Formats: sequence, structure tokens, C-alpha cells
Amino acid sequence: MASVSLDHALVLAAILFAIGFAGLLTRRNLIVMLACIEIMLNAAGLAFVAAGARWGQADGQVMFLFVLAMAAAEVAVGLALAIRFRQSLKSLDIDDADEMKG
Amino acid sequence: MLGLLWLIPALPAAGFVLLMLLNRRLSRPAAAWIGAGSVGLSALVALIVCGSFIVSPPAGDSYHQVLWTWFDVAGFAPTIGFYLDAVSVLWVLVITFVGFLIHLYSTEHMEHDEGFTRFFMYLNLFVASMLVLVLADNMLLLYLGWEGVGLCSYLLISFWQKDPQNVYSGRKAFIVTRVGDTALIAGLFLLFTQLRTLQIQPMLAAAQHSFVPGSAVAVAAALLILGGAVGKSAQVPLQTWLPDAMAGPSPVSALIHAATMVTAGVYLIARTNVLFTLAPDARLVVAIVGTVTLLIAGFSALVQHDLKRALAYSTISQIGYMFLALGVSGWEAGVFHFMTHAFFKALLFLAAGVIIEALADEHDIFKMGGLVRELPAVFWTFTIGAAALAALPFVTDGFYSKDLIIATSLGSVDGSLWFYVGSLVGAFITALYSFRLVFLVFFGERHTEVTRRPRWRQLVPLYALATLSIVGGLVWMPGWVSGFHPLEDFLDTALPQLDLTSRYAAFADGTGGAFVTILIVAVGIGIAWLLWIPWRKSTHAFSESPAVRPLAAYWLGGWGFDWVYERVFVRPVKWFAHAARNDLVDYVVGGIAWLNVAAWRALSAGQTGRLRAYVAVAGFGIVLVLAVVVLR
Repeated sequence: MASVSLDHALVLAAILFAIGFAGLLTRRNLIVMLACIEIMLNAAGLAFVAAGARWGQADGQVMFLFVLAMAAAEVAVGLALAIRFRQSLKSLDIDDADEMKG
Repeated sequence: MLGLLWLIPALPAAGFVLLMLLNRRLSRPAAAWIGAGSVGLSALVALIVCGSFIVSPPAGDSYHQVLWTWFDVAGFAPTIGFYLDAVSVLWVLVITFVGFLIHLYSTEHMEHDEGFTRFFMYLNLFVASMLVLVLADNMLLLYLGWEGVGLCSYLLISFWQKDPQNVYSGRKAFIVTRVGDTALIAGLFLLFTQLRTLQIQPMLAAAQHSFVPGSAVAVAAALLILGGAVGKSAQVPLQTWLPDAMAGPSPVSALIHAATMVTAGVYLIARTNVLFTLAPDARLVVAIVGTVTLLIAGFSALVQHDLKRALAYSTISQIGYMFLALGVSGWEAGVFHFMTHAFFKALLFLAAGVIIEALADEHDIFKMGGLVRELPAVFWTFTIGAAALAALPFVTDGFYSKDLIIATSLGSVDGSLWFYVGSLVGAFITALYSFRLVFLVFFGERHTEVTRRPRWRQLVPLYALATLSIVGGLVWMPGWVSGFHPLEDFLDTALPQLDLTSRYAAFADGTGGAFVTILIVAVGIGIAWLLWIPWRKSTHAFSESPAVRPLAAYWLGGWGFDWVYERVFVRPVKWFAHAARNDLVDYVVGGIAWLNVAAWRALSAGQTGRLRAYVAVAGFGIVLVLAVVVLR
């Protein structure tokens, strides 16, 4: 079995991060945008875990646990906002929320 | 006793400070007590100081009190110091006593005015400034008082500041007198560069040593001082502010015309008589200015409809007499006329104030009439004042002083027939317009109801001033009446003696000259009676006839001085101000404002409200920062 090198893991993390960021920019649905943020967070988590394995340290995995906890909290807040958003604007399109301009 | 001298100006100044600090917290009676009381106390102190000065004159017939050095820069060290001699004694007594009577009158005249405390505050400052002016021992302190008087006149003329017209009049008074003030300060610079001091007595002594009589520098200094005097004393060509100064309350007019302000010019010339003695040309200019002024103001007074404007022109005319006297070296005659004029002019304005108040703010003399039964006290006092103004022989103070000026204009070495004829014509017109006022206001049909009658605080000043207007002239009787002339002896200690030695002197100073004066005045009053009692209707028709109307309108407008000044000075300056409103400085200031607005527009354009745009910009920024950090 071919070993997975650090470079492979980091490239995968970069690709996942880019996909997440691109989704954040291109999608207008609030729920999908939150999912894209999750992808980006997990890309960062992957980078931590890979780096921890490369150096034989537990720090990377501990960090990933922090990222998971933070992601859970973020989703709680984000979904609550999404509910309020839908109640007040009758949609989930982020471009409808452009009242604070100029 | 003389050591109390500093209290005389300090008391009204303290009254001013007190009223200013406590302004809204004072009840009306308290403000009246402070306002009138401070001047009353000042008059009392003036009586004590001047009394002891007269009874036991100090060495050199003058008293000098230095309080402290004002400032000391490179050898120029003006003092805060007071100088008392015969001239300033006379002025101090008139200012404090007439000033006090006017204050007393004001406590009733202004009792319902919302600016009661403010009014007394300004009045006190006015009196204090004038006292500083006449007591100053150096020209700089005199100039401080001079400007203080100008400031107070502005504040008081525009006292009822809710009417823009009043404020305009105040501004006009301030700006027109400022023209004269500029000449005066230039004169002070000239005197200082020439004589290295502004202490009045050393300065005049130095001038006597170093100025050649008739030299250009002496004439220039005298003419510049004359410029200041012409502005403050409302003489041609700067007389236009005084008729408009009637916008202020009546007591203010009385104060400006009698005790303070307009006589400051007379004081200044009398005080610096040494300079004018050294400059015969300047003296001639003074006499010509006086004669021209007394004539044109007299004609203007003859056609006025507004009671107070008529009195204002009469003041200009009477100050013209004082200038004429000063111009022909009759220093003492001019000062004498200042004193008598202060009594009867204050009386006339205060009486006019009562009349206007009684008729519910009616100023037009043609809408008055028939007040002789309604306001007998005012009738008698106003008539005494008008008689003194007209120089009714023997029984009024105006006769003694005006007759002396008329005699001096011919009899003095500087006198001439021109001045004599001018002053006689002036006396005739004065008699005519004074009694025109009396006959139009008090006789004939009644046109307006009397709604208010004066009480004791207005009547007492009227009676006091009427008494002074009768007996005030007795302190200097003509030589052919009696040898009683204590005022002349007193003034001799400070001013050059009258020098009646021209070839007409014997006539002018004797019964002949007096007879001419008496005749002219009597004829003037007689014609006034004819014109405005039996022939009133035809006089009115005559003044409305097409041939006379334009001339009357011309005189009514003050001989077109305002018309010319409006076109020569006011409009060009306004036009220039309008044209220059977009100058370079404005571009700099406006440019800064424009830059801020543009930056605000650019920044607010970035705030689109689109979340995805923000995310994109934030991501771009992070990439940029990372790139800088990694690739550096």
C-alpha cells in the first residue's frame, strides 16, 4: 500500500478549501453557504491532522477537535440566523439582504 | 479730598461690572438702584473732589493722580492716571450730574422694557468711558475712553435690536465715527514719533518747544486730531450718523447729545489747544467746519417731521457753534457753550421722551399739537429748553454762551465777518426751528390722545435741568451787563484767555453786538410765532408748493450726504464684497471640504450590502497579505 505523504494531504486540503471558498462566492443559498464554510473548516482540519501525523505529534489532532467544536457552535448560530433570515425576508437568497448599503 | 478722584470713573465702572455679572438675577428695583445709584454716588464724589479743587486749588491749578503703569515697552510706558484741571472739572461735573438725572429719568422711562438691566449696564459703561476720556492724563488712555464711548453708542443706539433698522443705525454710528477714530489714532502715531511721549501735558509742552508754528507737521497733527473730533462730534462731513442715532431710547439720545459722546470732540480740541495754536491753518479749518455745520444742520432741523430728528440736527448745529468758537481761538467760549448746551439739550430730549411716551410712541410733530393743557409741566420745561436753544436773551443760559461765541467769531484775532454772519444766520434759524417745535407740538389742535403722564422720577430731572437751563449761564455775564464771570476766571487757569482784539472787537464785545444778537433772536422767535400760529395753514401750503417742496426734501434728507455716501462708499464696498466672495482663500477652504465629500462618496460606494462581495474582497485581501509575507 502506497503511503500517503504530507504533500498529498496538503494538496487535498488546498483543493477542498478552494472548493469551499468558490462555493461561498458563487452560491446564493444561505444553507449552502454554511455548508461551504464547513468544507473550508474541514480542509483546515485535514491540514492539521496531516501535519500532526507527519511530525508524530498529538497537537494536530487536538486542534482538529477544537475545529469540530467551533464548527458545531458556528452551525448553531448560523442556522439560528438562517431561520430569522427566512422569517423576515421570506427567502434564503443572500443577495436579498443588501439593505445596509451606501 | 482730591485723592478720591479715581472713584469718579470707578463707581460707574463698578456698577457696570455688577450689573453684567448679576444680569438676570437682579430684580428691576435692584438694577435701578445699582445703575442710577453708582452714577449718583459718582456725582457726589465729583462734587466733593471738584468742590475742594475749586475752593483750594492745588499747586499749578491741576491735580495729577497716577494709579499704576499700564504697560512698559521699550521706553513707552503709558500710565493709568487721571489729570484734573479746570476743563476736566467742568466736564466731570456735567457728565456725572446730567448723567445721574438721565439715569433717574430712565428708571421710569424704561420701567416696562424687557432689557431693563442691560440698559443700565450700557448706560453705566457709557458714563464710565466718558469719565475716563475726560480725566485721562495720556492720549492712549483717552483713546481707550474714546473707543469705549463709541462702543456704548453702538450698543445703545441699536438697543431695541429686534428691529433691523435700529441695528443698522447703530452700525452706521459705529462705522462713521470709526472713520474719525482712524484719523485720531494716526494723529497719535504722528505725535508719538515726533515727541516720544503721549502723556498729554509733557507732550503739549514738548510740542511748544519743537514744533515751528505753522509748520507742516503741526498742521498735520492738528488736522488728524480734528478728524477724530469731527467724527465723534458729528460735524461735516461725518455728521450723518447722528440723526439716525435717534433709533435708540430717548434717554440715550439725551446722554449722547448732552453729557457724553458728541462733546468728546470739543473736549479733545480744547484739551490739545496748544497744537491748534501752533497750526493756524488747522484752526481755520475748525472754524469753517463749525460754521458750515451749524448752517446746514440748522436748515435741516427746520424741515424735520420727527421730533427727535429735529433735536438731533439742532445738536449738530450747536456743536458747530462750539467748533466755530474753538476755531477762532475762543476756547473758553466753546467750553462755556458745551456746559449750557448740555443742560438744555438733555432737558429737550428728556421732555421729548415724555411727549413720545405720552402719545404712544408718536414721533411726528404734525400729529402732536395742543399738548399745552394736557402736559403743562412738559410744556413749560420743553419751552425753557427751546428758549435756551434759541438763545432767548437774559433769561436762558443759551443766550450767554451763544452771544459770547457770536462776539468771539467777530472780535477774536482769528475772527472774521464771514464767521460772524454765519453764526448770526445760524442763530436766526435756531430761533425759528426751536419755536417751530414748541408751536407745533403744544399749540393748535390736538391730534393724538395722551395716554400716559410722567411721574416724579421723570419730572424731577426735567425740573432740575430746566432750572439749570435758566441759571446756568449766569456764571459768565457779558462785560456790559456785569463784572460777574467766575467761570471765565476758573477756565483761565487751564485755557488761553479770550483774546478779543480784532478791529471789530469793541463792537462785537459791547452793547452793539449784543443788540444785534438779541434783535436776530427776537425776530426769529417772532417769525416762528407768525408762521406756526396765525399763518399755520398757509405755511403748510407753502412748504408743500412745487417750488419749495424739492428744497425742503433736500434739507430733510440732510443735504444729500447720505445719498452721496451711499453711492460713493457703501455700494462700491458692497459690490466689491459681493464680487470677492469667491477669492483664493475660499478655494482652499472649499477644496478641503470638497476632498472630504469625495472621500466619503468613494468609501460609501464600497458598502454595497452584498455579503458575497465582502467575502471576495476579504479573501483577496488575505491572499494579498499572504503573498506579501511569503514572497518577501
